[in-house]
Amino acid sequence: MKRGNPWLSVLFWTFVSFLTLFPIYWLFVISVKPAVELFSTPEVILRSAYWQNYIDVLNDSTLRGYMLNSLIISSCNALLVTTLGFLACYALSRFDFGGKESIFFWTITNRMAPPAVFLLPLFLLLTQVYRIGNFTLLDTRTGMILVYCTFNLPFAIWTLRPTLDGIPKELDEAAFVDGASSWKVITEIVFPLCRPGLAVTLILTWVFAWNEYLLAATLTNFNARTLTTGLSEYITTTGTSWGIMAAISVFTLIPALIIFSLVQRHIVAGLTFGAVKG
Amino acid sequence: MRSNRLGWILLAPTMIILFLFGVVPFLYIIWLSFHQWNPAAVNPDIIFIGADNFRKLVFDPGFLASLGVTLAFVTFAVLSELVIGYLLAQAFMKDFPGKAFFRTIHTLPLIMAPIIVGSVWKLMTTPSIGIIPHFLDSWFGYELNIGQSAVAAFVVTVIMDIWHWTPLVTLTLIAALVSLPPDPFEQAQIDGAGKRQIFWHITLPMILPALMATVFIRLMDALRIVDEVLMLTGGGPGSATRFLGVHIFREVFPRTSYGYGSAVSLIVLYLTIVVCWLLYVSMLAPRNPKKD
Repeated sequence: MKRGNPWLSVLFWTFVSFLTLFPIYWLFVISVKPAVELFSTPEVILRSAYWQNYIDVLNDSTLRGYMLNSLIISSCNALLVTTLGFLACYALSRFDFGGKESIFFWTITNRMAPPAVFLLPLFLLLTQVYRIGNFTLLDTRTGMILVYCTFNLPFAIWTLRPTLDGIPKELDEAAFVDGASSWKVITEIVFPLCRPGLAVTLILTWVFAWNEYLLAATLTNFNARTLTTGLSEYITTTGTSWGIMAAISVFTLIPALIIFSLVQRHIVAGLTFGAVKG
Repeated sequence: MRSNRLGWILLAPTMIILFLFGVVPFLYIIWLSFHQWNPAAVNPDIIFIGADNFRKLVFDPGFLASLGVTLAFVTFAVLSELVIGYLLAQAFMKDFPGKAFFRTIHTLPLIMAPIIVGSVWKLMTTPSIGIIPHFLDSWFGYELNIGQSAVAAFVVTVIMDIWHWTPLVTLTLIAALVSLPPDPFEQAQIDGAGKRQIFWHITLPMILPALMATVFIRLMDALRIVDEVLMLTGGGPGSATRFLGVHIFREVFPRTSYGYGSAVSLIVLYLTIVVCWLLYVSMLAPRNPKKD
């Protein structure tokens, strides 16, 4: 540790924190102002709160539908990728088959490609190729849940691999000697030990799905639209209703903030492909 | 050892999903990029046209402009984030009260949805609503209008990215700095080395692996920026902030020329892979000689 006046550091970091927090605070300020006040001189200090924007958002049945879609899609997707990632990592850590490290690496590369590249092919595949009769995956929750696997499933595998590798193989083998089935070993011995890792994976994949915009904007029209796409609808219409837009932003932000307090330590490790332990 | 069949069964769902939604789209755009397919045109059939799409791409001013601003954006944003992130990480190494608290606040932007970051900065910088144009005007008499000035829009986009992603650089570099052994630094100070010498000859070489990993991750993410920009500027004014992802979303995707769109997508994917691969190699190259 270096010397120097600690209070100077506190002062400096208070300033940095101010720069970090102020834009978020400003979002909140705009969200609790009536439209008429917005175009007067901007005031930094909030004198009164006007909650009508939030009430308007909650009363809008379209936006409520978007919220529900976001909830369903991100929850189902997080559960799906965590389960599949867990099973895949169990296979990768317990079985000895050729090319398993290549398979591991291949799954990860899926996350590295820019999502914009996949807009066109996924749109065409969902409308033209992956269809049964008249039923297509375009603009369905199921479609979005599956599409989000392209970035969340590699992430789940990446974060769960060390967890499963960390559980001694001797535990499984002892259970097999006692005559337990593979199913029993996975569900009753390995699964309980992985719970903390699974919880972090579940939470972070949920946030990634909740935050996603680009794919949702292109692959949904009305039925499966999510909250983030609802937000952009308010910006394209002429005469943006800033208060409503800010209120939707706050609604989108709240779950992420709650989750942030739960898994703060794991966020950096998650975003750097495990290069850094937070 | 148990039979590998169970292993394959457990892996199968993952591999099927990633094959259908990761590999097939990739192969599909490779195939389509050599074809002409425009359902809205006079001839809506899929026709093989060889490398014509790529030939068209090389002379497409829209695509080239987008490529140019993307490279400029990535350079400015990532370099600034590295410098600011390093300075903040160094400032964090001192001993002071409330470290955990400041660190928590500093991590906050990382969890925010990119589109929310865009909306936050739109509210900060839109004239008459935003606080930044207001103060710039009343203090310096400068009129900030990201809807009209290309330079202003580009700079605000870079600042937004710095706000969003510098914490990642700071936190990775803090992790790297904390793990450094104190001995070389003490020795250098005893030998009378200056601050600059210590940085170039001791700190930098020792944190280089972590630094390169951070550069690699940041470049990969900066190259794919879309959501924030769509929200903040919509890619405008003109092509000032029409980065490659925005270009695909706004210009290429809505047109129904699927063959050409595939070629653009493929080239963007290829550029990303090449940049990442170059970085990966440069990351490993300095470490290899030591192993011999």
